[in-house]
Amino acid sequence: MAQQGHMQAGSTAVLDEPVLGPGQNYETITESVAQIPLSSRTPLGWVFGFLIGLGGLMMLQMAIGWLLLRGVGIWGNNVPVGWAFDIINFVWWIGIGHAGTLISAILLLFKQQWRMSISRFAEAMTIFAVACAALFPLLHTGRPWLAAYWLFPYPNTMGLWPQFRSPLIWDVFAVSTYATVSVVFWIVGLIPDLATMRDRAVSKVKKHVFGVLALGWRGSARHWHRYEVATLILAGLSTPLVLSVHTVVSFDFAVSVLPGWHATIFPPYFVAGAIYSGFAMVLTLAIPIRAAYGLEHLITMKHIDNMAKVMLATALIVGYGYVMEAFFAWYSAAPYERYMMFNRMTGPYGWTYWLLIFVNIGLVQLLWLRSVRYNTKLLFVLSLIFNVGMWLERFVIIVTSLHRDFLPSSWDMYYPTRWDFMMFFGTIGLFLTLFFLFIRFVPMIAMFEVRTLLPEAKVHVDHGPTGGH
Amino acid sequence: MSQIFKQSANAWSKASIFALVFTLLALGWAVMVLQRSDFVTSANQFIAQPVQFSHQHHVGGIGIDCRYCHTSVEVAASAGIPPTKTCINCHSQIWSDSPYLEPVRASFRNDTPLEWVRVHDLPDFVYFNHSIHVAKGVGCETCHGQVDKMPLMLQKASLQMEWCLECHRNPEQFVRPRSEVFTMGYQPASSQAEIGPALVKEYNIAGSSNLTNCSVCHR
Repeated sequence: MAQQGHMQAGSTAVLDEPVLGPGQNYETITESVAQIPLSSRTPLGWVFGFLIGLGGLMMLQMAIGWLLLRGVGIWGNNVPVGWAFDIINFVWWIGIGHAGTLISAILLLFKQQWRMSISRFAEAMTIFAVACAALFPLLHTGRPWLAAYWLFPYPNTMGLWPQFRSPLIWDVFAVSTYATVSVVFWIVGLIPDLATMRDRAVSKVKKHVFGVLALGWRGSARHWHRYEVATLILAGLSTPLVLSVHTVVSFDFAVSVLPGWHATIFPPYFVAGAIYSGFAMVLTLAIPIRAAYGLEHLITMKHIDNMAKVMLATALIVGYGYVMEAFFAWYSAAPYERYMMFNRMTGPYGWTYWLLIFVNIGLVQLLWLRSVRYNTKLLFVLSLIFNVGMWLERFVIIVTSLHRDFLPSSWDMYYPTRWDFMMFFGTIGLFLTLFFLFIRFVPMIAMFEVRTLLPEAKVHVDHGPTGGH
Repeated sequence: MSQIFKQSANAWSKASIFALVFTLLALGWAVMVLQRSDFVTSANQFIAQPVQFSHQHHVGGIGIDCRYCHTSVEVAASAGIPPTKTCINCHSQIWSDSPYLEPVRASFRNDTPLEWVRVHDLPDFVYFNHSIHVAKGVGCETCHGQVDKMPLMLQKASLQMEWCLECHRNPEQFVRPRSEVFTMGYQPASSQAEIGPALVKEYNIAGSSNLTNCSVCHR
C-alpha cells in the first residue's frame, strides 16, 4: 500500500507538502510512537536531560523553601516595583501554554491536519506551563497556605468573599478554568492511545497501568462516536479560552490606572504575544525531540514551516502593539504617559526595550525567508531567542511602568536577587522534569489521529457511511 | 489476547467515580464543620482558673452588677479585671476563712495580683472596644452569653469574624435599650423587628457599610 500516492488530489485541503512522511502505514506509525514509552531501554540523552530538569526542580524547592521561611523580602521587589519577576514569569508561562490550546482546539475546529502530530505534546506543554505559572501568583502572596481564602470564594469563617470587581480574582477563574479544561481535553484525547499501549504492553504492570488509564476503551463504534462528541465539546470550550485567558491576564494590567498598563490594546496584543511565545516553545521542544527519537516522518518540515509562519503572523501583531503603545503615549498628550514611554525607551532600562524591539520586530522578520524556516538548527536557536524576547516584553511592561511612580520621591530601581533567578530557572527545571517524564511514559504523538492521515483510512463515498476510523 | 481485568472491574470503575465525588464533597463538608467547631474556636470549654470564681453565684445568686467589678466597661476598650481589693471588700467579712479563697487572701497579703487565665482572647490585629458597644446598646449577654448561669467562665461565641459581622451587618437584630445592657436573660418588650430599627436610629448606629469597613476593627 505504500506505493499509493498518499495525497490524492482533492481528498484533503490543498497542501504543498505532505504532513506525513512517505512509506507509512498503520503499523509503522503506531510502532514508531508506541515503542518510546514501552521500551525498557532508557536513552542516555533522556537521562541527561531529565537530570538537568531534576536539578532545576531541586533548585526550585530550595528557592520556595527559603521563601516560605524568610518571606518575599528575599526577592528584589520593592515599593514602586511591587510586581516583578513573580508576575513576569507568571505571564510568560501562561502565554506559553496558549499554543497547545490553539493547536488542540482552534486548529481542530478548522480541520487543520497538520495539528495532529504535534497536538499531544503541545497540550502537555500547556499543562506543564500552567503548572509553572500557577506557582508564581501563589508564592507572590507570601503565605500561600492562606491563599485559599484570598483567591477562592468559599464560605469562610470571616464571612468575607474575594473582591469580585478585581481582575486578580478574574485571573483565578480564568487560569483555573484553563488548567481544568486543558487537563480534561488532554486526558480524553489520550484514551484511544492508552488503549493501544495497553494492548501492546508486555509487562503485567504496564498492562494494568495503561489498562486502568484507558478506562475500558475497546474502540467500538459507540466509543468512537462518544469520543468525537466529547472532543468537539471540549474544543468548543477551549476555543474561547485561547482568547479569554490572556485577555484576563492583560486586565491585571489594563484595568489599573497606571501609565504603561492602562491601554485598550492590551488584550489582543497579549493574546498574540502568548501564541507567538507558545509556538516558539513548541518549536524549542519539537525540533530536538523529532531529531532524537527519529520522528521526522511524523513531525515533518511542513509542521515546522507552519509553526514558523504562525509565529511570524502573531509577531507582526505584537509588533503592531508596540508601535501603538508608543503612538498612544504620544497621542494622549498626557505628560505621565509621554514620560513613561520616554523613560521606557531612554531610561535606565532602555536597553531591555530596544533588545525587545530588536528581537520581536527585527529578528522575527527572518521568518519570511523559506530557507530560515527550513533550517531547523537556526530555527531552534531563533525560537529560544523569541522566548527570551517575549520574557523581555513582560519585563519591560511591568518594571518600566512601575519603577518611576507619579511622585519622583518614590522612584526606585529594581534589581532581581539570586532567589528571583533561582525561582525562574527552577520553574524551567520543573517544566523540563515533567516534560521528560511525559516523553518517557506517555505516547507523545496522537497515534490514532495520525493514522487517519493515511490513504487507507479515508472513507470513500461509494462505500457508504459504514466505514469507520 | 487475554483479558487483563475481571468483569467486576466495570462495576468498580463506575463506583469509583461516585466514590471520588462523594469523598471530595465529604472532605469539603468536614473542613467547613471542623473550622467552626468548638475544638478550633475553643468555645464552650471550661478553663481552669487560680480561683474557682463563679459568675453564677455572684451575678445570678447575689445579683451584683457587672460594673461592680468590670469598672471600665463603659469608658474604655477593656472592661477591666478587678483588683484583689474588690474581692476583699466582701471577703474580709464573709467566707473570710474559706480554704477556697486562700489564693485571694494570699494575693491581698503579698500585694501580688491574681493571674486569671484569659477566656475571651481576640487576635492581636483586632481592635475591640467595650465602651462603644455598651454605649450603643449591645448587651453584655449578646456576646458573653448568660454569665449568670456559668459556674466557671467560658467563651460562648465562636469569636470568628463571621460572628462579629453578623451584628455589624445587621445591628438592628441585636441592639437593646441602654437600660437593659447589663440585664441577663433579657427579653425585648415588643418584637425585636419593631424596636431594633428604632434603637438603631435613636442611638445613631452607623450603617452596615460603615460598620463593615475594614479599619473599624483592623487598624
